[in-house]
Amino acid sequence: MLNGKKVIAIGERDGVPGPVIAECLEGAGLEVVFQVTECFV
Amino acid sequence: MIESKAIGVGIEGVFYSLTHVPDLVRYGSKPSRELRANTTLEQQLENQLRSFSAATAYAPHQVYIGNITPAELSNLPKPWYDNLIQGALAKGRFGDIVDQESFYGLLGQADQFNLVTVGERWFWDRMTKPTKAKQLRLKSFAEIESLCHKGALPLYSDEKLVGCIEAGHAEDVNLSVDVLLENLAAKATAAHALKSLLSALKMDPNDVDYVISCSEEAVGDRYNRGGGNLAKAIAEEVACENASGSDVKAFCAGPLYAMVHGASLVQSGVCNKVAVVAGGSLAKLGMKFESHLKKGMPVLEDVLGSFAVILSPAKIGEPCMRLDSAAFHPVRAGASPQAMAECLAEKPLAKLGMKLTDVDRYAVELHNPEITVPSGSGDVPKTNYLTLAALAVIRGQIKKDQMVDFVRTRGMVGYAPTQGHIPSAIVYLGHALDALRNNEINNALFISKGSLFLGRMTQLSDGCSFLVEKSEK
Repeated sequence: MLNGKKVIAIGERDGVPGPVIAECLEGAGLEVVFQVTECFV
Repeated sequence: MIESKAIGVGIEGVFYSLTHVPDLVRYGSKPSRELRANTTLEQQLENQLRSFSAATAYAPHQVYIGNITPAELSNLPKPWYDNLIQGALAKGRFGDIVDQESFYGLLGQADQFNLVTVGERWFWDRMTKPTKAKQLRLKSFAEIESLCHKGALPLYSDEKLVGCIEAGHAEDVNLSVDVLLENLAAKATAAHALKSLLSALKMDPNDVDYVISCSEEAVGDRYNRGGGNLAKAIAEEVACENASGSDVKAFCAGPLYAMVHGASLVQSGVCNKVAVVAGGSLAKLGMKFESHLKKGMPVLEDVLGSFAVILSPAKIGEPCMRLDSAAFHPVRAGASPQAMAECLAEKPLAKLGMKLTDVDRYAVELHNPEITVPSGSGDVPKTNYLTLAALAVIRGQIKKDQMVDFVRTRGMVGYAPTQGHIPSAIVYLGHALDALRNNEINNALFISKGSLFLGRMTQLSDGCSFLVEKSEK
């Protein structure tokens, strides 16, 4: 269902970092067009 | 329990200051961008700025300066901004709250390049010490208005023009007026904290050997952006004539790294008394103001936070920093919350023969949740405490149903303004010293994190930690 979909991954400093989300999604067949980790405080 | 190899460095004292600057909120990074895009926001912002008395009576600020404890704060009715502390004082057990007009005076004194101007009549209407006039650049309002027309940034008080600040160079963006206001604000607030600490400790400024600044500002010109040594400028401002200094920067983790550097200078015998200081971050004023406006709350990010610590050789029975407990987040470590907790809590404690449950109090990033939750940023300390509790469960040190108790007894509610480096564990040191001296706790582990990825030089996170306890040797 998700295979080939494009995705933007935004990670969080106190949660899951962007590169980790991207790696998981790419492993599931999604195309990560942008990933970043942000700090919201 | 201190082992034979324990290396303790004394913590003589700490002072925290909050500078209430409602009329500078508009110059915070977020408000200045949003107000440019939507000018109707300006009136909304002004309508929801707090008075000095409301900022003073705000319970988290009273915790910050030491008049009430974090434990007492957790029992106070919420929202704290609607339940102000009656009779609250701007002077605390180990801190103070400075009003905006006094701050403009400090800003002018900290300026050695005739960049800050204050209105002559405004000054004489308020200041009672004529000697102060010599330290400031005074001009008529007409002259100030003229400077503002030429590009100076206006300084307001109760929405009235009372002064201005000019750029340090016509072309260099690193010396632009907004950058210099940030840098000078950091210098002035850090100097105030250090001066107040030395006064509280009855310590001669000439006894300080070295000053380390972990302020976040990038001081320098176009050829040396972030070149720094704000520390030495602060030392000069506080008349620490025998001191030199340098800056230690690592985003929000900077203060704990600075403490480790300072303690190392003392332990090695290079220095006898080291001051670790930080000034406030003007860029972060009003960072979440839009959420606060939408929720009908006061704009709570209206203060600059600063602190100063004096480190010296340990004394028996007095609080000390366990230098041998210092831990850093290595490059090879992952950035997941569990990996951070392993590097910064579990491993350094194991090195001392301790478990996670041997720590009486954890100081993490103590952001005030009343500021962060309305914007969707969550309760940062609670998240960090739950991670530590979960690690204790994984290691079999507590049962899953004891997690809430772990967080309640070993953690605390957040109370620091969202000033980046200021909430990052170091904010608890004053209460930790009190709790250690009163035998309420045996130790506290300080853990800070830094978001290195924000500078786009690496994807890495960062962190630093150390244990504080009473010295036994």
